[in-house]
Amino acid sequence: MSENKIEFSPELVVFIDEWRDKPGNLIMVLHKVQSEFGYVSREAADEVSKQLDIPFAKIWGVLTFYHFFKLTKPGDYNIQVCMGTACYLKGGDAIVDEIGNLLNLEVGGITDDGKFSLEAVRCIGCCGLAPVMTIGGEVFGKVTKNQIPGILKKFA
Amino acid sequence: MVNVKINGIPVEVAEGTTVLQAAKEVGIYIPTLCYHPDLTPFASCGMCVCKQENNNKMLRACSTPVHEGLSVITDDPELFEVRKAILEMTLSTHPNSCLTCIRNGNCELQTLAAKFGIREQPFESRVSKIRADTSSPSIVLDPHKCIKCGRCVQVCQELQGVFALDFIGRGDSTVMSPAANLKLNDSPCVKCGQCIVHCPVGAIYEKDETAELRKAIADPNKVVAVQMAPSVRVGISEEFDLPVGTVSTGRLYAALRKIGVDLVFDTNFGADLTIMEEGSELVKRLTTEGSVLPQFTSCCPGWVDYCEKFYPELNENLSTAKSPMMMQGAITKTYYSQVSKTDPKTIYSVALMPCTAKKFEIKRNDTMKSSGYDDVDLVLTTREIARLFRANGIDFAALKEEECDSPIGEYTGAGTIFGNTGGVMEAAVRTAYHLVTGDELEDVNVTSVRGLDGVKKGVVDMEGTKIRVAVVNGLANVKEVCDEVLAAKKANKPAPYDFIEVMACRGGCIAGGGQPYGTDDKVRQERIAGLYSDDEKSTYRKSHENPSIQKIYSDFLSEPLSHKAHSLLHTTYTKRKKYNV
Repeated sequence: MSENKIEFSPELVVFIDEWRDKPGNLIMVLHKVQSEFGYVSREAADEVSKQLDIPFAKIWGVLTFYHFFKLTKPGDYNIQVCMGTACYLKGGDAIVDEIGNLLNLEVGGITDDGKFSLEAVRCIGCCGLAPVMTIGGEVFGKVTKNQIPGILKKFA
Repeated sequence: MVNVKINGIPVEVAEGTTVLQAAKEVGIYIPTLCYHPDLTPFASCGMCVCKQENNNKMLRACSTPVHEGLSVITDDPELFEVRKAILEMTLSTHPNSCLTCIRNGNCELQTLAAKFGIREQPFESRVSKIRADTSSPSIVLDPHKCIKCGRCVQVCQELQGVFALDFIGRGDSTVMSPAANLKLNDSPCVKCGQCIVHCPVGAIYEKDETAELRKAIADPNKVVAVQMAPSVRVGISEEFDLPVGTVSTGRLYAALRKIGVDLVFDTNFGADLTIMEEGSELVKRLTTEGSVLPQFTSCCPGWVDYCEKFYPELNENLSTAKSPMMMQGAITKTYYSQVSKTDPKTIYSVALMPCTAKKFEIKRNDTMKSSGYDDVDLVLTTREIARLFRANGIDFAALKEEECDSPIGEYTGAGTIFGNTGGVMEAAVRTAYHLVTGDELEDVNVTSVRGLDGVKKGVVDMEGTKIRVAVVNGLANVKEVCDEVLAAKKANKPAPYDFIEVMACRGGCIAGGGQPYGTDDKVRQERIAGLYSDDEKSTYRKSHENPSIQKIYSDFLSEPLSHKAHSLLHTTYTKRKKYNV
């Protein structure tokens, strides 16, 4: 296992203690780890494996099964482009392509300076605004390709 | 008991029996693909779907327990179409490379496709392009042939308790793989190869090194010396359609000479030597104040790898005696080379093994070069040597039996039973009794340590000296015993056992990861019975009575645990990481 140790916050340690012997503990603990770090690193998964005495491969199986879990560190600003049915039909994929071109990014990737990461997500619940994207939690609706450079500039 | 009907035939079966088992009892075959009798039904493929009378819901025969009054239809035109469609969909994600596949002629998917008369591929082919993982010295993982039945994951987790593999990802892109995109060789894998013998297709297989042996035989400057493990003589028979359990020792010697091997030796001699060293070590530990107990056996490289990774605190409990294969290799390039005046540099030492982990063992540390050279140069599994014999046109079943070459070929029944669970313990008891009491054990059959139970415990009385023993097979079962030993050790309490035998594979080496496909408990029992019948027929049944063993000690090693014995026949253990990177 990698030598990089990870430090869990006291709150997370208490949480793990509470859930140690409860059924379904792995999912709960992994959720909490992701909310603390923004993703679940290999080191974090390894620490969970030790804490809960669950084999590392089992944990990795769970992490890769659920789309919710992120295995890589998101950028300072995480860009989510909706690819739900409505947004997809309204050209969500063109938005993804344009952001990818402008930032030299692939879906799931992060820019070299660690500023932006790009994700394609399922419906985010505002289909009336399709196509929709969010950056760092801020929502942009009825996005056109031409607006994208301007939107990105706000976060540069 | 529960009364059910299968295709109208009434049958009474025990509660908890599955539809598949009930059908088997009345002689009805239901096709299966992901099902394996060693494992909990996983129901991932759907081939075994059946209909119920008075109920529209189809059921999966492998995982559905019967209930009173259940009436099942196992075959009709609709079921045929459903199963055929499942097969066609499975084939759409499977490459059409049967002719060049290691499982050609011995593949469960190919067999089903033939049985169902599949002639067309109605679904668009979508074969994954993931490259094979060839990092391991023993095992190749080839995900693009994987049909995602999950047997390898189940075996690795349920039977072996290793958890090197899991289902990684989801849906179409699921792979049976180590965690975190790691290579198999960097995972906790102990190379036992049980995933191989449980894989229905060619997605996991042994690293085939038959070409290396061909090359060595063709080299006029090499003296090729081959040893064969106890269980290979029984396993190989099935590869040539002889009845399961047939002992083919003499035929194997003959076949090896036919393909051009120069010297034919037997690992059983090495097993007798192991008993002398390991048995003496045990007696020394038992009689020396402050010694580390219990002593664990160390012949099984899967178990040794597991211990070094999962229980490094118990490394000091492992017998320092090398495995029979490594002892045989060491004396081939020292004792034999001296006696026969053969330059050890020219000897190419090959071992035929029922085991894939043995391919790793020959390089596991520097003590594996105790002769000054690689003590064993090459390991081939039973399946590989059978493949080589077939390619060379050897009519194995028709061969006349031949004898082994001396002076490191003669062996006892105790050496033979090293191949099955309980056998090393039984062989050790036969000799330890003599070492402890100075007398000979009257009834050499130590039946209490035989059988397929995962953990067998007992006490052996040696004229008042009571030896507490445990015998474990199937690595998942070893946790219980290791935890017990470790707890006593940490609490500074007396050890709960004196001597523990561990074999990684269920049933022992006879069902190792290098043995023929199609192993279940019935096959295991028949292979074991084969080895015991050989033991019973042996002139000598105790290792210390082997005249060649007595001679190697008087002429070369002087005595068990001597300085020379230590430098050639013993090894060391180190803590290993479960994950290398």
